[in-house]
Amino acid sequence: MHPGRWRRASFCNNCDVLEASDLECERGGRTLFRSLSLFLEPGESLRIAGANGSGKTSLLRILCGLAAPSVGAVRWRGSPIAALKEDYARQLVYLGHSSAVKGDLTAAENLSIACTLAGLHVPKSELRAALERFGLPLQETPVRRLSQGQRRRAALARLCVSATLPLWLLDEPFSALDAAGIDLLRTLVVEHLARGGMAAFTTHQDPGIAATHVVDLG
Amino acid sequence: MFAAARCVVLRDLLLAARRPGDVATALLFFVIVASLFPLGIGAEPNLLRAIAPGVIWVAALLSSMLSLGRLFAADYDDGTLEQMLLGAAPLGVVAAAKALAHWLIAGLPLVAIAPVIALQYDLAAELWGVLALSLLLGTPVLSLLGAVGAALTLGLRGGGVLLSLLVLPLYVPVLIMGAGAVEMASAGLGGGGQLLLLGAMLLVAAAFAPWAISAALRISLE
Repeated sequence: MHPGRWRRASFCNNCDVLEASDLECERGGRTLFRSLSLFLEPGESLRIAGANGSGKTSLLRILCGLAAPSVGAVRWRGSPIAALKEDYARQLVYLGHSSAVKGDLTAAENLSIACTLAGLHVPKSELRAALERFGLPLQETPVRRLSQGQRRRAALARLCVSATLPLWLLDEPFSALDAAGIDLLRTLVVEHLARGGMAAFTTHQDPGIAATHVVDLG
Repeated sequence: MFAAARCVVLRDLLLAARRPGDVATALLFFVIVASLFPLGIGAEPNLLRAIAPGVIWVAALLSSMLSLGRLFAADYDDGTLEQMLLGAAPLGVVAAAKALAHWLIAGLPLVAIAPVIALQYDLAAELWGVLALSLLLGTPVLSLLGAVGAALTLGLRGGGVLLSLLVLPLYVPVLIMGAGAVEMASAGLGGGGQLLLLGAMLLVAAAFAPWAISAALRISLE
């Protein structure tokens, strides 16, 4: 996409750089995209646009390492993510299509478990603040009794405590959110980019975030 | 790493505590299956004593398999399994923690209730210990092997039936050694050999199953 930048990347082995070169993705015998390259530096954001079924989620899953591309490689700080494994996983937060919250647990329990699994040590007060910021009930209400939008908020609350993770990969983060929720999420992403983080998100509507790069899968 | 493993075990126990019905189902299944045999065969004490080890072990095996289908399926459906794959700890550690949680929920209660079932079969009191010990060593192997099967069949349609076909043959050595230990002890030969073999199976399964589970999970989630 930016041929001049490849050279720059080779000098910078230790700064946070996500690059994908020549990616091809095949699903069910159909090629979703091919020869896709992208490059993300601190403070930059990537918007993945496209129609339903165009491979937005597949691309994001390839970028976070959950799926392997049929051709090409994703590199983090110059090393292939397939070799980095947990070392790469520790640098990112991925919020997928499904909310990844347990219906039988409360929002607070879900958030605290998600943080421990991600290797983050977050004090209780910060967890509380994150839930309050997203307007989630602090009492013992299991998430399954909350609405779809609130469940989405319970998942997104992780972003409030993930400031130290440089790479945010968000799959349709704006879906099921109300106007206030969308505003809050936009603020969080803009704050993250301002402190030198990177974000990649899929969306089919205009997110109101001026993305540095846009990949349109058609 | 251990924080993540502890977190997964505690999470699964907490989830089981929120839905006590699921735990009770597996335990009741074990009790009922083991109780059906005396009713069907008749209360001939010598016959009951002879079939007790095999019947109790088969019932334990089926009961342990009953909850395997849900081991990863629930986490797969709500997306938490993806988060475990992207966790800070190696997936093998998380897989071992899931298998341990499954054993604590579906295996350990069977060990605790086995002496009561043994009473139903008029098994001599000195054999209760051997029976419980064989289950204590054998049921974790069932959880570990079962978790490999559950990870392989994750997301497949009709995965439940496939899971039984896949896992039951793997359970055969555990069944033979487990029931054999009690039979040998009741014949006065001591079941030490079989128990040692069960212990060896447990060590081998504990060492290799977590990596097989994590490899299977990666394939299933791609």
